Amino acid sequence: MVSGYKKNVRKKPVGKMIFMGVLSIALYTVLLLKQSMITSYFGKGGMYAVLPIVTAFLFSFIHGSFTGDFWTVLGVEAKKKKEVK
Amino acid sequence: MQDVVSQVSNFVDLNWMNITYLFIVGFVGGLVSGFIGSGGAFVLTPAMMSLGVPGLIAVASNMCHKFPKALIGAIKRAKYGQVDVKLGIVLGISAETGVLYGAHIQENIQKSFGDAGSNLYVSAAFVVILAVVGGFVLRDAWKTYKSGNMNEEEKATKIAKWVQSINIPGTMVYFKSLNARISVLFTIPLGFATGMLAATIAVGGFIGVPAMIYVLGAPSLMASASELVIAFVMGLGGSFKYAMSGLVDIRLAMIILAGSLFGIQLGAIGTTYVKPFMIKMVMGVIMVIVLFSRALMVPVYLSQLGIIQTISEGTVKVLKTTSFAIMALALLVGAFIVLKAMWQGRKAEKLHYAEDVLEHGKV
Repeated sequence: MVSGYKKNVRKKPVGKMIFMGVLSIALYTVLLLKQSMITSYFGKGGMYAVLPIVTAFLFSFIHGSFTGDFWTVLGVEAKKKKEVK
Repeated sequence: MQDVVSQVSNFVDLNWMNITYLFIVGFVGGLVSGFIGSGGAFVLTPAMMSLGVPGLIAVASNMCHKFPKALIGAIKRAKYGQVDVKLGIVLGISAETGVLYGAHIQENIQKSFGDAGSNLYVSAAFVVILAVVGGFVLRDAWKTYKSGNMNEEEKATKIAKWVQSINIPGTMVYFKSLNARISVLFTIPLGFATGMLAATIAVGGFIGVPAMIYVLGAPSLMASASELVIAFVMGLGGSFKYAMSGLVDIRLAMIILAGSLFGIQLGAIGTTYVKPFMIKMVMGVIMVIVLFSRALMVPVYLSQLGIIQTISEGTVKVLKTTSFAIMALALLVGAFIVLKAMWQGRKAEKLHYAEDVLEHGKV
């Protein structure tokens, strides 16, 4: 959570969030528009198994970065100085 | 392989209603997983099946959304110092073998007793394990809540102290979450059981997290965070196995991932605002509610196997719908507790800050 005086010092990653958000939307658009071609290749099995695995890593990196920045920009952040006991 | 090919041709058509539905279920599942380390999968698989997705494709696609989700959750919680990567990987590897063995048992049961037999086995595993482990976890969380010692450091159980005191030369490994060296001969069966449960009821964390807390002596926050590493290791191996047979519907997996990555980040943030016993509370509550959901289905499968009197079609439909509704309720109750605890934590922090400003005149 960015509250009070911290708010003034820490810059929110708005630009990065927008960039990753656009990339994420682009990935999902391609996935849905080309779904019949994609499922036909991804469903072949065998060594084609690499395709869904690589796709999952790619989506998690792009969309994961976007969602992380999304909450930060909204001001929802971890509590500071949390002790892990 | 013929079966597999015919299943692949059954990839469902997606419309905006389906996509929105999967996104929302993914979000709630992710929120709970980010908080307790696992928990969304038991609703996601039936949710996909309710859209007409064949069972095996639903399981495979769920698995393929699970490992990237767990990866992002683990990275987020590692930033808060909550993840014991070594413990997660050691348990994850033995969990992988548990998954393979669990899947093998499932196949044999299905061959011998058909779908009803397999469903009965899954439901019975749900009911017995959730009653014993879920009951224990919830009781422990409730006792902490009632005692008012919520701020006290968690103490290792007697069994955990015993496990940590055993020295078996050549098998000892230091784990930072335990701040102790323990024998991997203890972690192997726990990981194996986690994997077997994951293969049976899709949520290995219901064994993995309590085992890390009560048997190994890990703090709740670190246990639930390290479970994400186990889920990643298990999910990656499992996804590849299913993908080799062409069973992963990448569209379903990625749509659920879209929602769950919003949820898992929020759930992970939530852990920094709550007292450790809340992890046990949320997990225990979900486990006990899910237990009732599965118990409702036991008579249906018993009747299909001819062990008890036949139950009418109408009653079966009512039981199935009620069971799914209770399962969804379990997830929603879990999500509600997480959000409420987080809200209260944020409020308390703001109050603390305001007091600080008043006291010291800081701006």
